[in-house]
Amino acid sequence: MIKNSESKYKDYVADRSKYPQEEDGKAIIDLDSHKFTKIWQGPQHPGVTGNMSVELIVNGDEIVDAKTRVGYLHRGFEKLMERRRYIQCFPIVCRICVPEPDTNEYCVSAAMEELAGIEIPEKAKWLRTLNLEMSRVTSFLMWAGGQAGSLGMNTIPQWTVGMRDFWLDLFEEMTGGRVYHMYMIPGGVRKDLPEGFRDRVRAQIIQTKELLVDVERSFFNNAIVKSRLIGLGHIPKEMISEYGITGPNARACGVENDIRITNPYLKYPELELEMITGTESDAYERAKLRYRELHQSLNLISQILDKMPEGGEIQAKLPNVLHWKIPAGQTYKRAESTRGEHGFYMVSDGTKYPRRIYARGASYTHAISVLEKLACNITISDLAALMVSLHTCPPEIER
Amino acid sequence: MENLVKRIKEMIPVENFKKQNSMLCFFTVQEQHIELILSYLKNNEGYTDLIFLQAVDYLEENKFMMTYMLNNLERGMNLGINVFIDREKAEMTSIHRLWSHVWQFQREIHELYGINFPGSPRVTEPFVLEGWEEMPPMRRDFDTMEYVERTFYPRDGRETSDPKKHMKEKLYKNYTEVPKIRREND
Repeated sequence: MIKNSESKYKDYVADRSKYPQEEDGKAIIDLDSHKFTKIWQGPQHPGVTGNMSVELIVNGDEIVDAKTRVGYLHRGFEKLMERRRYIQCFPIVCRICVPEPDTNEYCVSAAMEELAGIEIPEKAKWLRTLNLEMSRVTSFLMWAGGQAGSLGMNTIPQWTVGMRDFWLDLFEEMTGGRVYHMYMIPGGVRKDLPEGFRDRVRAQIIQTKELLVDVERSFFNNAIVKSRLIGLGHIPKEMISEYGITGPNARACGVENDIRITNPYLKYPELELEMITGTESDAYERAKLRYRELHQSLNLISQILDKMPEGGEIQAKLPNVLHWKIPAGQTYKRAESTRGEHGFYMVSDGTKYPRRIYARGASYTHAISVLEKLACNITISDLAALMVSLHTCPPEIER
Repeated sequence: MENLVKRIKEMIPVENFKKQNSMLCFFTVQEQHIELILSYLKNNEGYTDLIFLQAVDYLEENKFMMTYMLNNLERGMNLGINVFIDREKAEMTSIHRLWSHVWQFQREIHELYGINFPGSPRVTEPFVLEGWEEMPPMRRDFDTMEYVERTFYPRDGRETSDPKKHMKEKLYKNYTEVPKIRREND
């Protein structure tokens, strides 16, 4: 049994008595002294879903300085949306995040509806909630594979990504798309559930829970996993507001920040949902917390399937969307993604085109400021595990 | 929320107050007061989290609108603070002393809008554009089409053909040459 006190990072303070020497709390790094080496980790590596580099300065195999370099995935979505009508933004926004595109769709739809003063039908709210929770499950399954893969356990990614594929089958049945769904549109959703869908989802939930028992046995009770993750990437409570940390990364140190509970939207107030928090705030604690949240999402899906009415309208009446002018104004809509707070800031100037749409992803701070801070004093081999434990997603950094 | 605005109005001039929904309000302050008001909200009113800092280009009014979005975790409230700055001068007070992650928003705005933040750390480092020598691309007068036509060459496009004709010529060619079965009458 590995105890917290046995972890190599627990209460670890790097010995800076020899080098690098520090000045004003910052290491003095002279590459010409041949004591340090600059290496690049990335842009393709096991730490992230996407392309992102980390420029490392190492002393032996210990990282003394890290800088995140992005730019490999910049597709200019925000600029593109300024030149498109509101309805034409939908095929774009879901592509901002690959593992969990539905949060983008929800935030943009909700922002347009608020600015245009549209109220969506009850059934559409239920379907949106179901869609969001299913996307959380797929994202968590992908994360579980990434976290195990970053430590060299290549069996668990096969299991969880395989299970994710069955969930994608359900998405295909529900929305017509596997990865990008384009399901939520202003005024509601595109279509109702197919016949027999609820039973298939229930069966899928049972299968997923069975798999998670195996994951728990092989991952969370694994001595190597414990020795490598306990104490890694410890986030103190003071850093949460200072660095804009949200989601599971904030909850793992006891901060009660879940937008589904603090700022409830859609049908979350009608569901039994409790705040899951941790105490230790290291990579192992974050992994355990995400595992519990995955179970929570599966339970929420069951609740939604039980409570959602059979019939009802799924789409509010909209004007001709090709000539749709939204009144001038600005708003910010946010939702809880698996990585933390995901939001869209939308400014309308009363024309057919949005003045500005800004996508705020949780990884924007987690993968840059926070990662650069936490990567110091760990070894190169643990960097990938740290990045996955922060659940970084580069596409939402660059948009 | 109205009480909060009253307290702020006693300190500095506030314009365009708007309650967008039960959890979100916007108001506008002047550029010179931004550091003061953010620091007051962070330390005294519980708006401890800066969610984002972004710019909006109002080309026709020759202005940039900066938006600072704050979050009060205890009350679940969001507060959007707008500041209008001159587009020609394009310079804004840096608030990197208030939050440790602000520098990266300021770096992005510097690169994509060309707004300078004097004193902000790493503000001139490239963010997503490497070796960019054009106008900052998120400005509304940046012509994407003109840039693309000037920078990239047009592709020839794919060969197209009439499917019916193509199938007849390429795929069913041999069928026409199949020998007929010889009959006694032939």
